[in-house]
Amino acid sequence: MISLPEPKPEILARRASILADLARLLPADAVIGEEIRLRPYETDGLSAYRQMPLAVVLPRTTQEVAEVLRYCHANEIRVVPRGAGTSLSGGALPLADAVVIGLMRMNRIREINFEDRYAVVEAGVTNIGITKAVEGEGFFYAPDPSSQLACMIGGNVMMNSGGAHCLKYGVTANNLLGVTFVTIEGEVVEIGGTHLDAAGYDWLGLITGSEGQLGLVTEVTVRILRGPEGARAMLAAFDSVEVAGQAVDAIIGAGVIPVALEFMDKPCIHACEAFAHAGYPLDAEAMLIIEVEGSQAEQDMLLGRIRDICAQFKPISMKLAESAEQSLAIWKGRKGAFGAVGRISPDYLCMDGTIPTGELPFVLKRIGEMSTQYGLGVANVFHAGDGNLHPLIMFDANDPESFRKAEAFGADILKLCVEVGGCLTGEHGVGVEKRDLMTVQFTARELDLQRDIKSAFDPGWLLNTAKVFPLEGNARITA
Amino acid sequence: MIAPPDEAGVAEAVRAAHAAREPLAIEGRGTKRAMLRPVQAARTLSTRGLTGITLYRPTEMVISARAGTPIPEIEAALAEHNQQLIAEPPDTRALFGTEEPATLGGVVGANLSGPRRITWGAMRDHVLGIRAVNGTGEVFRSGGRVLKNVTGLDLCKLLTGAHGTLGVLTEITLKVLPRAESSGSLVLRVADIASGVRALSAALGTPYGVSGAALLPDGHGAMQGCLAIARIEDFAESVTYRLDRLRAELAAQGEAALLGREASEALWRDIRDAAPLNPAPEEAVWRLYLAPSRAPAACAALRQAFDARLLLDWGGGLIWVAGPATEAAHGAVMQAAAGGSFTLFRGPDALRAAVPVLPAEPLPLAAIGARVKSVLDPAGILNPGRLRA
Repeated sequence: MISLPEPKPEILARRASILADLARLLPADAVIGEEIRLRPYETDGLSAYRQMPLAVVLPRTTQEVAEVLRYCHANEIRVVPRGAGTSLSGGALPLADAVVIGLMRMNRIREINFEDRYAVVEAGVTNIGITKAVEGEGFFYAPDPSSQLACMIGGNVMMNSGGAHCLKYGVTANNLLGVTFVTIEGEVVEIGGTHLDAAGYDWLGLITGSEGQLGLVTEVTVRILRGPEGARAMLAAFDSVEVAGQAVDAIIGAGVIPVALEFMDKPCIHACEAFAHAGYPLDAEAMLIIEVEGSQAEQDMLLGRIRDICAQFKPISMKLAESAEQSLAIWKGRKGAFGAVGRISPDYLCMDGTIPTGELPFVLKRIGEMSTQYGLGVANVFHAGDGNLHPLIMFDANDPESFRKAEAFGADILKLCVEVGGCLTGEHGVGVEKRDLMTVQFTARELDLQRDIKSAFDPGWLLNTAKVFPLEGNARITA
Repeated sequence: MIAPPDEAGVAEAVRAAHAAREPLAIEGRGTKRAMLRPVQAARTLSTRGLTGITLYRPTEMVISARAGTPIPEIEAALAEHNQQLIAEPPDTRALFGTEEPATLGGVVGANLSGPRRITWGAMRDHVLGIRAVNGTGEVFRSGGRVLKNVTGLDLCKLLTGAHGTLGVLTEITLKVLPRAESSGSLVLRVADIASGVRALSAALGTPYGVSGAALLPDGHGAMQGCLAIARIEDFAESVTYRLDRLRAELAAQGEAALLGREASEALWRDIRDAAPLNPAPEEAVWRLYLAPSRAPAACAALRQAFDARLLLDWGGGLIWVAGPATEAAHGAVMQAAAGGSFTLFRGPDALRAAVPVLPAEPLPLAAIGARVKSVLDPAGILNPGRLRA
């Protein structure tokens, strides 16, 4: 288990007066102090970790957020920002001496502008909520993390979330124009705006993916894009992981960039098929789901090209969707992959490393060996176009030994990702989960430089303390 | 000038300058010396000695090169595998009157993006990893060589567009993409800038994946009048189909003509490089960044204030302006850019030293910026005064 810093005793001792102060700053219904109502906030999408917070506040406006931050800053109280609480890396895990600032009540869409192709939304609007608000005109918001029904745009900004379609459309950072940023001192700053580029330092780029280390984001201006005429998927199954990887290389090499290019290994195919009955080939060692966009004729042309490329690699089966319904059926298994694995195992850890795509066969072979060594099953889903690998490690949370092994297995996989030239996290963030592995990817000095940049925003280290940066060797966090 | 042959040499030079508290002008081949504010430094540290592509994996869409590698060398290597730089950075040789080509470090340091930025993102969107030397002479890395990476604070974004004031870039890894099989453009003759921006917004609001949307208010070559231009880059069948659809859907916006691949490519090279502005040597050039619907009013104000020559890209979201290098003209640009952003892209030293060359930051950000600067360059020796007085 990852350790959390000792709570500050003087803060814990002042809990009652802090709650009273917060209740004076905010409307009565925006401050939560009773244990039973705090309980839902004790964890996030990484539910193996739990910690009750000091208090939770649910502000409705940027001004209220600023008030709370000003107060916490003046009183040296730690702060944990939270959106929908869907983080898979423990990004929203509370601390015993911290006030959780939940942004879910800031859920208004402020402005939609189709002519200039942007939308201004509050941080608590869900990812899918943006697309829902603009799809009537044929537009959409591109990044589509699997949690998109629940996760909120403020959290997407903080974690720089991706999704299955970022091969073509990019991640959150590539789809932002501006944010309303609140500093730990409670100062409200507009960064960026409705224009594409801003001269000067790229604060927007630095804040995106900063995991709540630098400040809070209360409003976001996103780019909205006109959707394609249509999209259709195909499926290609191969009898070896290497060959499937070669097919991916050949598709990219031929200049075809599908909108999505997903890879599943045999355990994953089996789990998904048992769950979704999508008609996946159970004899395959590896399967690709490839999606293209355009008019009906363009889809035919692109799928035809991809089919011809795949055919050179002796697939054991291929299936081209002939309708939107058939596409949905092909996607159904993949979209339910996490649930499918949850069905065959009491619990699973979803890892999130990225590797150079050419290393996939080697990495999968090593993961297979580790699986035997740890005695834990693993299923692999892979965004094959961009190298983002999601091994799902199966374990039993009721057995502490099983959990300990699963964590060690996960850490070994991430170390392997770094070893082959990749990184610890492609889209889920470091959070608390991968915090102590940061030394695998960065030198001590590199980590210190990043810490010093955080200090420039948050000199007292009050913002989302104990996430992202290893505690060891960090004198900046004082108990 | 100090031009070390490798990163260790760059680090050593910066360490020495830091110890001596001696300011350094940081540059690649010096092609952008006339951009932003003039740097007051006794010595120049150039990365021109750091050349060469260090990794290129076409099937992974990733290229790494040392910062001093000339852009044409990178483009040529990519072209061999039918790939390209995504953000289509302008070739600024004509604008700055330099013989030498820009370097990778210079283009990334300036976050300089061309027409494809509207659909495929800016230079900064494609920087996957960097190696750099900070102001004390330490080498550090950020990012990596994979397409998706959210590990730690993204210092790549911070250094991209920082014009060498936060560190000396020594090696950069970029995402690249295949070149489209074909391309072509729809050219509409429109009544004025306002109707042109409306036409481009309509084009960008279609499902056809327009990858360039520019407005030439004073025509181009044999094509007279105010021209709105939309580009499609795709497979040959798709280019034909999509241009036909665009022409049909935009029929009401103006008289239309289609350009085939060769003519379209030549036209977009000119747009990329802002060639139609053709400024006189003593004139200034600005770039304004605004929401497209604000562009017509901004252009009208600029034309009223001085003899402004204009070129609009990014659907109207980028306005290139050429005009007299006076403080009055600069004041008009600053006013027109309210609610957006601007840079004094090129101008004589006297003007660049006298005026803010980019917008002021809100006070809390300026304070954070000063602290970030002192983390990465505590003695303030890297390109002092380049961005702000």
